[in-house]
Amino acid sequence: MAQVTFEEISASDFFYRNRDIAGFTNPTRAIFAAIRELVENSLDAAESLKIPPEIYVRLSFEGEASKETQIYKLRVEDNGCGVPPRHIPSAFGQVLFGSKYKLKQQRGTFGLGGKMAILYGQITTHQPATIISSTGTSHIYMYRLMIDIQRNRPIILDRKVLLNKEGWRGTIVEFSLEGDYLRAMPKILEYFKQTAMVNPYANLTFVDPKGRLYKFTRATTVMPDPPKETLPHPYGVDVELLQRLIQVTPYNNMLEFLKNHFHRVGEVTARKFLEFSGISPSKNPKKLSHEEIVRLMHMLKKFKEFLPPDASCLSPLGEELLRTGVLKELKPEFVAVHQRKPATYAGHPFIVEVAIAYGGEIPQKGGFLIYRFANRIPLLYDEASDVSVKVINDMNWRRYKVTPDMPIAIVVHVCSTKVPYKTVGKEFIADRPEVRREIANGLREVARQLQRFLTRREHVDRERKRLGIFSKYLPRIAEFSTKLAGRDKPPDIEKLLRSVRRFGAEGV
Amino acid sequence: MEPKEYKSSSIMERRKEVLASLQNFGLKIYEQIDRGYFPSIEMPSRSTENIYYDPKFRQFILGDKRVRRSARNIRHLKPFAQLVWTALFSYELTSQRKTSTLRDVYYSAQAYEMTFKDQQESNNIITDLETVLGFSREDFNIFPEERSAVFGDLTIRYTVPGYEGKTLNLTSHPDGVMIGPALTSAEFVKTSADKVIAIEKGGLFTRFIEENVHKKFNALLVLTAGQAPRATRHFIRRLNRELGLPVYIFTDGDPWGMHIAMVIISGSANAAHLRDLTTPDAKWSGVWATDIVKYKLPTDPLDEIDMKRLYELQKDPRYKEDPLWQREIKTFMKIKRKAEQEAFSRYGLTYIVDEYLPAKLEETK
Repeated sequence: MAQVTFEEISASDFFYRNRDIAGFTNPTRAIFAAIRELVENSLDAAESLKIPPEIYVRLSFEGEASKETQIYKLRVEDNGCGVPPRHIPSAFGQVLFGSKYKLKQQRGTFGLGGKMAILYGQITTHQPATIISSTGTSHIYMYRLMIDIQRNRPIILDRKVLLNKEGWRGTIVEFSLEGDYLRAMPKILEYFKQTAMVNPYANLTFVDPKGRLYKFTRATTVMPDPPKETLPHPYGVDVELLQRLIQVTPYNNMLEFLKNHFHRVGEVTARKFLEFSGISPSKNPKKLSHEEIVRLMHMLKKFKEFLPPDASCLSPLGEELLRTGVLKELKPEFVAVHQRKPATYAGHPFIVEVAIAYGGEIPQKGGFLIYRFANRIPLLYDEASDVSVKVINDMNWRRYKVTPDMPIAIVVHVCSTKVPYKTVGKEFIADRPEVRREIANGLREVARQLQRFLTRREHVDRERKRLGIFSKYLPRIAEFSTKLAGRDKPPDIEKLLRSVRRFGAEGV
Repeated sequence: MEPKEYKSSSIMERRKEVLASLQNFGLKIYEQIDRGYFPSIEMPSRSTENIYYDPKFRQFILGDKRVRRSARNIRHLKPFAQLVWTALFSYELTSQRKTSTLRDVYYSAQAYEMTFKDQQESNNIITDLETVLGFSREDFNIFPEERSAVFGDLTIRYTVPGYEGKTLNLTSHPDGVMIGPALTSAEFVKTSADKVIAIEKGGLFTRFIEENVHKKFNALLVLTAGQAPRATRHFIRRLNRELGLPVYIFTDGDPWGMHIAMVIISGSANAAHLRDLTTPDAKWSGVWATDIVKYKLPTDPLDEIDMKRLYELQKDPRYKEDPLWQREIKTFMKIKRKAEQEAFSRYGLTYIVDEYLPAKLEETK
């Protein structure tokens, strides 16, 4: 009789076995994903203190791994908030540990990406990672660590404490990994360019394995307001979240439980809901059976009187910063930006920001250039599946005098506490009707502005051409008629030209 | 300005008139600008709905509809400048007694940075100038490519530079003398001829000279070489008006030959803005449709295009002047055949001169 063994696998073991879902599919994707995850952590770390990010990324060649792949050393430095020394080992050596479980808009969501990168580096090169960090105190802490994959625990190989004489604050992560930089290069460079576009207040520096320097300099030091943390909205909860809340709650009756753990639920709403769902206000949440929890979730979704979530937990870029970013990276002749009012889908607040840029250095390529962002992360893969692309393709652009052969770039930024990604790879946004509507309305607004610009420019062009014709032919008519009439000096045409100009100025 | 009747036989007189008219045109524009107005001009409309047949003149004329070209209008500005340039260019040609072809005009404009889009555009502007001033382009010394000729006892006196006062008898060259700018501007001195015979085709023209038609019939022979150019039509008119010679026209016996005769007699719709190009008393002497029957000429069938042309001509007002035209059109339609002038050769090379010509001259006298 065969013996079946059941073993519990750790979180890091799980991700080790399923690294595809976190974006580390192959050596090309892996090197791109590693850079992206660490840069995003660094941006978050600087933004949490509202200081303009200063990020330095260096990828250096270490040696050949196989015919197709090489070993690289990746180093990412930032000027962010730093990690308190006691959290460093867990923060970088334990999967599913991190600061990202409360609800506010952040780039990453699971606290997974950075560690996945280090984990990937470890399994491909068997080298430890080096973490250097300071929160700006008198000391700098340096750890060399590896991850015990089966037990999901950091193994500290070395620990040093240095004096922080210059008051440095930030984090440096350095580790080796296998990858294929040559293949990944176009996406990596595109990633930096687009990141610079939606983070116009950041300085990004990238040195590639060939020693080439790519520098994206900030165009402003103005930063968006950081998002506030918020409680989950009743429409957006699931059974798992309810169970977790019940586990940690200090409250022993349903009324207080609802009032204290949910977004925009006060005394009145809580009482109304309990009446609606037939749950006693004095019931102890910890005594709810599994069936009751499931029912509670359904009732929460059914109840119509919850206030919609507010958007204070969101940190959109804002029209000015978006404009700055687009002007900085695309150098267009014209740009229109628009931020939609906050909206919600399934209890999650979201804000759509769009921009349309025309002319200048934007290439003419027989179709629009589309830049997609979610929570200020560029989305570089699976463009065709993205909701923005569907909206753009469905729009009647001719109404706005826009044709695909024009040099046009379109930027769509969706920010939300929970971006509706279609897949775990987080590369494209699902087609939710609420999201689709907001994107469409935003695009219509900027398209109208572009139309006004195009119409005005056409008018100015026409006017200039008109004046050109007058100032070309009136002098000739004067000259020829003078000769024909046998006069010595031509008649004064200035008065006629002036009248044409005055007449012309009205039209512009 | 209205089209001018030909007032003087003197070529010099006419040139003075042309120059004054061009100068006056420039002056009018100059003064409008000088007074602070956008210059504008008015001229009769040449659109088809403004072209009428005038039984009195026995030619097409322009109606009362007029068009205005103003330099204030952006769309008129370029053609306006081109028109003034063309007037200046014509003035220089005429006063310096130089001639130019339509093609020359097109290229000359480029020297003045007044480009024409194509030859058609420059031809149109020249026609505009004709319409505004009422003179034809030959008066401005602008000629199309020439190919027609004249032969016979007529002495002319040149007025072109280098030949002023020189005389020439038009029998002096057996191929005939080309009706070009020099001949067009020459004065008539004397002639012993008492009629003009216009011939459509070069072959027959040469045959007539060889057969001494000019002597036997006391005639000046004019080769139209197909549809007669304007200069030739004007020349025939002068022979008719100044020398009082009757004009007989011989063409092929088909709708196209018939129309060559008609344009010499009554002019074309394209030249409705001009006078002095018609010879209303000229006669179409053959080859008629009835001649084809009467002389039993070898024929070709009339094709579809020929028939279509006949139906058009049947309705044309010029063809309603004289019952002869309608009779011949009907005969063509009935026999559905056509014959060339050369068809008479079936009766021998001289038959046309010995038999046909005297009969027809008598018949259409």
